[in-house]
Amino acid sequence: MHLSVCGISKWFGHGSTAKLVLDNISFDLHSGEFVALVGSSGSGKSTMMRLVAGLERPSSGEVLVDGKPVRGPGHDRGMVFQKYSLYPWMSAAANVAFGMRLQGLAAREVKERTAYFLEVVGLADAARRLPRELSGGMQQRVAIARALAADPKVLLLDEPFGALDLQIRESMQEFLHDLWRRTGLTALLITHDLEEALLLAQRVHIMAPRPGRLVQTVEADLDRSDLAHLRVTPRFLELREELARSLRQLDAAASAPAS
Amino acid sequence: MSTPLRRIQRAIDQPWILGVSGVLVVLLAWQLIASSGVVDRLFLPSPAAVWAAGSAQAHEGILLKDALASIGRVIGGFALSAIVALPLGIAMGSSRVICQLLEPLLGLIRYMPAPAFIPLLIIYFGLGELPKILLIFIGTLFFNTLMIMDAVKFVPTELIETARTLGGRSGQILLQVVAPCIAPQVLDAYRINMAAAWNLVIVAELVAANEGLGKRISLAQRFLRTDEIFVGLIVIGLIGLAIDLGFRFVMKRSCAWAN
Repeated sequence: MHLSVCGISKWFGHGSTAKLVLDNISFDLHSGEFVALVGSSGSGKSTMMRLVAGLERPSSGEVLVDGKPVRGPGHDRGMVFQKYSLYPWMSAAANVAFGMRLQGLAAREVKERTAYFLEVVGLADAARRLPRELSGGMQQRVAIARALAADPKVLLLDEPFGALDLQIRESMQEFLHDLWRRTGLTALLITHDLEEALLLAQRVHIMAPRPGRLVQTVEADLDRSDLAHLRVTPRFLELREELARSLRQLDAAASAPAS
Repeated sequence: MSTPLRRIQRAIDQPWILGVSGVLVVLLAWQLIASSGVVDRLFLPSPAAVWAAGSAQAHEGILLKDALASIGRVIGGFALSAIVALPLGIAMGSSRVICQLLEPLLGLIRYMPAPAFIPLLIIYFGLGELPKILLIFIGTLFFNTLMIMDAVKFVPTELIETARTLGGRSGQILLQVVAPCIAPQVLDAYRINMAAAWNLVIVAELVAANEGLGKRISLAQRFLRTDEIFVGLIVIGLIGLAIDLGFRFVMKRSCAWAN
């Protein structure tokens, strides 16, 4: 699998009120990679994700999946939203099964895969519970299982833990890292949390705001065998501080009046 | 707190106890005023007299015949309105073009009091069942439609976009996401507007009918039979309450997730 974002620009609005939100963005993502896009609000990172998902069309440029241009949403790009995306009338199992049912998989296969992916996210016991009976972290794990069960080539994670408490965030980050290692999934993560990006992604793209553009790419080849330990290693903290500094500079530059 | 007080407190915690007490207080006041002789019996018959008039009507079979006639008209007119409002409301809620096309029109007609259509309906369709059913149809269609439209507009975008990224086509999304999502609000809209249908059938029968609870009331007025008017009013209220409770029951059973 090869996801390629080629020279994407995106304008919102028309005529004199038109606003450039994404300016000529290009990057690549290969099978098994975990890549993060980091930027403050206004950097257009969510719009970038929606373009990859096919929920929006670019004003110019193309998103290619294995050489084929993206024309709309499809189950080859599974999306996990920040919140409120589980179907409240369906049990956890029915939510996981939903994508497979939409694609018309045989009932037996749906059942087997549902059980398997609930197991993968550690929620086999919660299969029959409704979303409102699950904690925020459990709900996001169901959402991830649902996206994975639809057999995507790449998993798009749009601030997936942004609505969770700090402790739960950390355990979910470890869960996601573990999931990535076990299943070899390919993931594109959007976050405003530098630590989250550096913990999970091998490559981190930094986006600058107004207009959104890629300004820096960091190869974060860190030893991720123990995430809790990694969080406090000097090298990790140093890298995080360095990126935080450049993000602050970008924000200051963007909010300074143009002269 | 002492034991009897606590017992009273516990009783008040039961929601139905307060409701029943409210009804009993009014009944008691009615009985007291009627037996005190302050008000002429012609204007305020005693509860016993109303009960006697009611049993006499029930015994003769008029009560059942009237009730069935009124209920039949309500069901006919309201079912027609519910069936037309559902696709219309969904279309308006999901398409900006259809909404902008129809909303001003519906907003205008909604403010024309349905009973004002009676003369026109009589000119067009005579005095049979059709104008009564159409009156209920006209009187509830616009409220049903606008309430369903609102329910569709409030379906969270994430739920629809998730289905699209899982590979759902628009027909599937309509039937498997939008329909179950709005079901509780649709049932609630029907429950609320049913009260309007019930008002309108009585109005229609007051104008022209051979049987029905409204017709019985207007006959009773002609012969100064206030006890029979009271019977009619109470029976109308009880049937309306039964319908309301029926809707609540169906909602509780079929949409447990929304409670």
